[in-house]
Amino acid sequence: MRAIEAPASHGHRESEMLKEKYQKEIDEILSRYPVKRSALIPLLYLAQQDEGFVSEAAMKEIAGLLRLTPPQVYETATFYTMLNLKRVGKFHLQVCKSLMCALAGSDTVIGWVKTKLRIGPGETTADGLFTLSAVECLAACGTAPMMQVNEDYYERLTEEKFDRVLADLKKDGICSLKTGPFMWPELANAVKREA
Amino acid sequence: MSKHEPILLKNMLQPGYSGSLQDYERAGGYQALRKVVGNVPPAEVTATVMKSGLRGRGGAGFPTGVKWGFLPKGYQGPRYLCCNADESEPGTFKDRQLIERDPHQILEGIVLACYAIGAESAYIYIRGEFVLGARILEVAIAEARTAGYIGTNVLGSGITANVWVHRGAGAYICGEETALLESLEGKRGLPRVKPPFPATHGLYNKPTVVNNVETLANLPHIISRGPEWFASIGSPPKSTGTRIFCVSGHVKRSGNYEVPMGITFRELIYEQAGGMRSNKPLKAFIPGGASAPFLTPDHLDVKLDFESVAAAGSMLGSGGVTVMEEGTDMVWAALRLMEFFYHESCGKCSPCREGSAWLVQTMRRIVAKRGRMEDLETLIDLCKNIEGRTVCAFGDAEVSPIRSTLKHWRPEYVTLIQEAEAANLIRPEQIVGRH
Repeated sequence: MRAIEAPASHGHRESEMLKEKYQKEIDEILSRYPVKRSALIPLLYLAQQDEGFVSEAAMKEIAGLLRLTPPQVYETATFYTMLNLKRVGKFHLQVCKSLMCALAGSDTVIGWVKTKLRIGPGETTADGLFTLSAVECLAACGTAPMMQVNEDYYERLTEEKFDRVLADLKKDGICSLKTGPFMWPELANAVKREA
Repeated sequence: MSKHEPILLKNMLQPGYSGSLQDYERAGGYQALRKVVGNVPPAEVTATVMKSGLRGRGGAGFPTGVKWGFLPKGYQGPRYLCCNADESEPGTFKDRQLIERDPHQILEGIVLACYAIGAESAYIYIRGEFVLGARILEVAIAEARTAGYIGTNVLGSGITANVWVHRGAGAYICGEETALLESLEGKRGLPRVKPPFPATHGLYNKPTVVNNVETLANLPHIISRGPEWFASIGSPPKSTGTRIFCVSGHVKRSGNYEVPMGITFRELIYEQAGGMRSNKPLKAFIPGGASAPFLTPDHLDVKLDFESVAAAGSMLGSGGVTVMEEGTDMVWAALRLMEFFYHESCGKCSPCREGSAWLVQTMRRIVAKRGRMEDLETLIDLCKNIEGRTVCAFGDAEVSPIRSTLKHWRPEYVTLIQEAEAANLIRPEQIVGRH
């Protein structure tokens, strides 16, 4: 998911990187809306998926695709916390710190990150693997404390679970402790299905 | 097992229910749509929903049928339906369960609503963090399209109802319906000045209805079983049907509980959610998400319906019930919520933008034991200058934790400040960052 190498040497103009790679996806996104600008957030997500963050070059290209000015794109991109305008670690740990999670011990979870990874909110480990963000409510208050790592939720965290998530992510890039489809309280005789 | 009959959670409570189209159909799904499309005039569907007394489940509790009725009659041109799946009110996690466990129930509701209001396009605005939920909805939409429930010719009737998923990107305010529309248009999620209302000038300035996930999920049941049946559940005439209450905090069994409106908080907390986690006495609870003022043990016998909770000085809101046990620091709790509102203020209106920063600084100072008695006056003064002075309801919401904790637990604020003043007598501190 990293930025692709040296585009200039391939003769493509930097401003057409997304179009070159994702023409089909872009067309499909545009087809959903009668007004082009509605495709802005979906396209910013596409750029983020490609490079790991939303680069200035991507914003310029998206502006061209939607016939907007670059400041119009920037104005929207800066409003939303999930659009990273700076590079983040490979695994973005987002620990909920709102009241409902705090009642269940989310400050302790942030403490684990601080002692185990030696990073505070907004910081990235030296190896570029983990970034910590303390975020506001992620709608998992009944299964607090919790964190989101990239696209996945990890709920009812204990120190043991937390350690396993970090170890698995480091080793395999995924962890089977991720939760969902969500239902809480669980059925007594629930069959654990693949998410 | 609950003694109350679940409606919305019924399917997913069946062992092995996966939420697939096949499972949903087997459980009687899409029968309401079949019953209505091409057979019942749209206006009659709206009338049925009005008769059922269904009120919006997102927080404001506006009657759904009435909202639909505001769309201009005989308007030529596109209309839109938006399903509000932005679920971001702290304490609320019901829509997530409805989306991830029974997506077709929502889709059937969406198509029914589209039919009633004459919308050919519907957007599900889902909060960006719900990646799994968005994927599950996409799969369900594809299934429903193949089966003819969604698309350009719904069940061969010639009616068009297209549904798309649109992911938000992390902004609480986008749950406010006009901010949602702005965001869906690719802009910053700043609430619009109302009027005009979305019913006449909504998405792309066209007539638009925005309904919450849980509201829409109720529609198939109302159509199938009739408005009289629905209106007989709960606390008629004004709070009909069930609500999914999300119980969190210091309880034994947190989670989603679907109960008829009108049961008491005592029953919800002590019977459904199993009582207090460490058997300590209950100290406080929030009845309807972070925007709802705190209540005390004296309010445990208040009924969970719109009117009763309002009469008790709070609101039923989004149905997020957060419980706090004896020993919880209420000033700290109010600060935690204030931090949330400070982070999420969109910045459009000065009272909210500047006021939230000022409130949070004052609260931080008090909690850090650096406060002084005048801070309490400052807090009240700020609250007065924020509530009712903003474009959307966010301003009223952000002052509620502070106002209500000051009302019920003022001595805790005073103690913190007295400790600060006592410490300062011995060790005078350099005063920095005061307003």
